[in-house]
Amino acid sequence: MSAHAGGYSADPRIRWIESLPWIVAVAAFFALPEYLSLGARILIYILYALSLDLIVGYAGIVTLGHSAYFGLGAYVAGILAAKAGIGDPMVQLAAAAAAGALLGIGTGAIILRTKALTLLMLTLAITSVMLEIANKATALTGGADGLSGVIVAPIFGLFRFDIFGKTAYLYCLLALLIGWWLVRKMIYSPFGTSLTGVRENSLRMHAIGAPVYWRLVLVYTLSATIAGVAGGLITQTNQFVGLNVFSFESAGELLVMLILGGVGRIYGAFVGPVVYLIAQDLLAKQFPEYWYFGIGTMLVLVVMFARGGILGILDSILVKLRRRP
Amino acid sequence: MNIALETRGLCKSFGALTVADDIDFRLESGARHALIGPNGAGKTTFVNMLTGALPPSSGTIVLGGEDITAMRQAKRVKRGLGRTFQINALFRRLPVLDNVALAVAERCGVARRMLRAASAHGDVREESMELLATLGLAEDAGVRILDLPYGKQRLVEIAIALGLKPSVLLLDEPAAGVPSLESHRILQVLDNLPKHIAILIIEHDMDLVFRFAQRITVLVQGEVLVEGPPDEIARDRRVHQVYLGEQHHA
Repeated sequence: MSAHAGGYSADPRIRWIESLPWIVAVAAFFALPEYLSLGARILIYILYALSLDLIVGYAGIVTLGHSAYFGLGAYVAGILAAKAGIGDPMVQLAAAAAAGALLGIGTGAIILRTKALTLLMLTLAITSVMLEIANKATALTGGADGLSGVIVAPIFGLFRFDIFGKTAYLYCLLALLIGWWLVRKMIYSPFGTSLTGVRENSLRMHAIGAPVYWRLVLVYTLSATIAGVAGGLITQTNQFVGLNVFSFESAGELLVMLILGGVGRIYGAFVGPVVYLIAQDLLAKQFPEYWYFGIGTMLVLVVMFARGGILGILDSILVKLRRRP
Repeated sequence: MNIALETRGLCKSFGALTVADDIDFRLESGARHALIGPNGAGKTTFVNMLTGALPPSSGTIVLGGEDITAMRQAKRVKRGLGRTFQINALFRRLPVLDNVALAVAERCGVARRMLRAASAHGDVREESMELLATLGLAEDAGVRILDLPYGKQRLVEIAIALGLKPSVLLLDEPAAGVPSLESHRILQVLDNLPKHIAILIIEHDMDLVFRFAQRITVLVQGEVLVEGPPDEIARDRRVHQVYLGEQHHA
């Protein structure tokens, strides 16, 4: 589970410890039936965080605007369901993915010509523009009131979304499993290793003849596609879309989740949202006015004392244990 | 003799400051050529223009008979132009093997593949390991660059460039920062480089330059002062005046 998992000497086989998140997810389905809605939300945010980790952790692209792709996916799925009468969840998801990909390639091709602060500002600008478009296009999006009336047909015509969130949970779990498998495969591939190369030293990547810019555009598009799917899932499970999917807070929260879990570790994207969303749920119940204080304290502690996030802490404990005679 | 690399009237200015002035330069196939000059002579700028990292203000660069002046850096590499850096430009948190394999994979067109694991590309691994063995780095294949002694890091720089199978190799101060006791290892490696590769070395270590090069170009304030075989350069009074001073007694 350590950072820099890929490479030409890395063993790509799935290790037993990698089955742990899936065992926990299945166990939670049976053990915590009253929390399945929260569970589905966590699974979606894991997929969303995984898409962010691909560009932040592996390709070194810093962004505060990933919610643009998540939000677009959410609205596309919602508009198809509520306005176009297309209830098939697979069609909605495919459309959300395609919309994320198109926006990803269109914006990526422009903003990835810049670096550092300029890049960061442009990512923010894209999200702001998307938010304003959604706000103004009330006929399609419902504007500030949000888009309701989202109807999702049974999956494959068989599995109806139920009020207890069972179907939604399993559906999101399956989507996450596919997303994780694809991301993991990519990270272990030569393409993934070359992304690590770009993050580590783009000057050298240019000097060995790598088309750095196009490689970044490609991974950015793939990441936007996955974020679009995550957005589609949030619409399908909530059956509502609000402007908050485009908000800066949403993008910032996602980055916080990733930092909490550990950037560039695949599984940091699993741990971060779980810790963040559970802490948010518990703190919001206990201290409704001050729950951000708890999240902020957690983030400060991680940034100051555990730069590798929660997984980084676990890694260093394991290293120390192994060194013991 | 075939010309591997040539520049005609190459100029580079930053505003009023001219750092390369009308440089005509020829590198023959399989040549062992050195580019020397005092600090600020424009040597690294010249190399950066050759590789495409820096666009020239005017002039032409020809690689293997093809005008590459407007060509992107990545394409020049594909055409056979490799380089090393004066200051190590390595993938510091990656193991030595991956540093070389990244270059080999780029050359073979493997680097863009997504569906098979990198380690499953046995040909890339094998070629990288062979290259490391040639440079005496096989035992360090799994060591991260961060944990590698500086002298060996300089060798990894060369290994990465060799992984591209270049026809022209530009070595920017390969022995920079290496203790004199270890620089003989660098020279040994340079001596054993494949004879078909045309090598242009930029170096301040005069012992290394005069032992390695068959031809030397002296660059001063962005202009070619003189070019010739090492013994001729060593005798040239102008070179003594502007560069070697009394240090060299060849």
